Amino acid sequence: MLIERKWKKWVFFYLPMAAFIVFTLFPFYWMAVTAFRPDAELYRTWRQPNATPLWTLEPTLEHVKGLLQTTAFPVWLWNTMLIAIVSTIISLICGMFAGYALARLRFRGSQFLGTAIFITYLVPQTLLFIPLADIIRDLQLGNTPWALMLTYPTFLIPFCTWLLMGYFKTIPRELEECARIDGATRFGAMVRIIFPVAVPGILSAGIFAFTLSWNEFIYALVFMASAEQKTVPVGVVSELIRGDIFFWGQLMAGALLGSVPVALVYSFFVEYYVTGLTGSVKG
Amino acid sequence: MANVTIRGLNKKYDNGFHAVKDVSLEIRDKEFVVLVGPSGCGKTTTLRMVAGLEEITSGEIRIGEDIVNDLPPMERNIAMVFQNYALYPHKTVFDNMAFGLQMRGYPKDEVRKRVHEAAAILGIEALLERKPRQLSGGQRQRVAVGRAIVRHPQVFLFDEPLSNLDAKLRVQMRVELKRLHARLEATAIYVTHDQVEAMTLGDRVVVMKDGRVQQVGEPLELYGRPANRFVAGFIGSPAMNFAEVTISSANGVLWAEAPGLRIGIPGHKTESLRAHAGQRVTLGIRPEALRLANGAGPSDHAFDSTVEVVEPLGNEILLDVRAGEHLMVARVDPSTRVKARDTVRLSVDPERLHFFDAKTEAAI
Repeated sequence: MLIERKWKKWVFFYLPMAAFIVFTLFPFYWMAVTAFRPDAELYRTWRQPNATPLWTLEPTLEHVKGLLQTTAFPVWLWNTMLIAIVSTIISLICGMFAGYALARLRFRGSQFLGTAIFITYLVPQTLLFIPLADIIRDLQLGNTPWALMLTYPTFLIPFCTWLLMGYFKTIPRELEECARIDGATRFGAMVRIIFPVAVPGILSAGIFAFTLSWNEFIYALVFMASAEQKTVPVGVVSELIRGDIFFWGQLMAGALLGSVPVALVYSFFVEYYVTGLTGSVKG
Repeated sequence: MANVTIRGLNKKYDNGFHAVKDVSLEIRDKEFVVLVGPSGCGKTTTLRMVAGLEEITSGEIRIGEDIVNDLPPMERNIAMVFQNYALYPHKTVFDNMAFGLQMRGYPKDEVRKRVHEAAAILGIEALLERKPRQLSGGQRQRVAVGRAIVRHPQVFLFDEPLSNLDAKLRVQMRVELKRLHARLEATAIYVTHDQVEAMTLGDRVVVMKDGRVQQVGEPLELYGRPANRFVAGFIGSPAMNFAEVTISSANGVLWAEAPGLRIGIPGHKTESLRAHAGQRVTLGIRPEALRLANGAGPSDHAFDSTVEVVEPLGNEILLDVRAGEHLMVARVDPSTRVKARDTVRLSVDPERLHFFDAKTEAAI
């Protein structure tokens, strides 16, 4: 009985789990190996006797050096960081107030408004960039960081609003009522009681928003023209593929360095992030 | 001085639900008044309107001399203890209790002094640095009460504060609340669905049903002279026995009759029941008004019944009996020796019979 169970656990749990982990992590591994592989190894075909496709024998930093010294990568990194942080802050602030209003205040059309905000999130960016491009041009924001800082919230705010609305709804109403009896105004109760209690939800909305804007591609591609205004995802792809030549080593080094900040942010807040998504507050 | 006056209070929700109907109450200064009733009777809504958390559809609420209808909760000088305690999870016990004072701009020393005073009264001084999630249910309850008393409000509002506690702790906290009220000398309005809590805590008890006040009175008054069938059935455990009977008249004496049941109506009730002669009314008998007859007793107030279930509780025995088509509960002495399916003769104390109009359900 016991032995049979152990056997079952291996087949139905550990093996699929291992397969899943390999499947998810392999691209990252490949990216890392390629970034540190010397060119000689990169262009060696698999049939050659000394080929080592899954690892490298002579790890090198030349691609990283080349990336940092010969391209505008540090500038892209800075652009991406700045744009992601500003648009995340804008979206979080709007999302907190809008989410609170939709979760708590009773006003005419609040249901409709909630649904409408959600629907705007469903409009694909591949369509939305066309009218947005028109607006950006009219406001003469093209090729400035503001073009992205102000357009990213168009999809981040609906997202934050919905996530936070769900989180606010799990917070017992009595907390706020008690604060209002204790002498806080509605606004005061929201800022002093509800927001601090909702920190896990706010952090996970923030992390999501940050990641979404960090990885955003289409708007960044369309609204940014000059090399020194680009963000990492666009810069790496547009500057490191010249014609039909792929600078694989630098491409992968760029991808690796570009994903490090996101990974750091995630690992830093992972605990909050999980409670934020599963959302539960006990009084 | 903080008496609370409620006049013609109504609450209608947007969906048309009429939760509170024409409630009028006069709550005196320093009085402990309990609103009790089944769920959905409007007791909590009434309390929340006093607190200012619910808008008033019509009517008037005064605290002291001031009409508070349009005042926000913070300006009513009240404190409320919620069913789920509503402690701020991100604040320590000290900060939870201090929050109300800080919001009102009390100086730091005063805040510290008051919080420590309240904590001492409730025996939670050792917990001041903890967060709510590190506390047991009973401790959270104390903190919630402490948070209310630091502010020295005019009126305390309690919304079923004990219903999340286990039975033993509930009894203990009940006594403590009563002691606390005696010490603080503040007006208190307390909402509960538990009639035992209502009877033990309240100076006066307000029984509500379907948004209307059924009766207001001191606990023993409600118990001894219920105004209608609902109050009679709601107050007291086990509940009052009811039987549909017909009033008949023979030789100037009135009888309450039903199949298997014939009880002579005592003199003091004759006057009011004469008008109902020949009609059906509801007879109410409390379980403790029934006792085992010695067989030879006067048969005017006795009837035969079959025991169906015996519930020995230690200090008393509850007999579930069938008399004719009526099921009744009798509370008898623990030394009684009876078994299920025995036939016993029960006599009823004629002074403790209750009669209710079959239609209006009002006491006769």
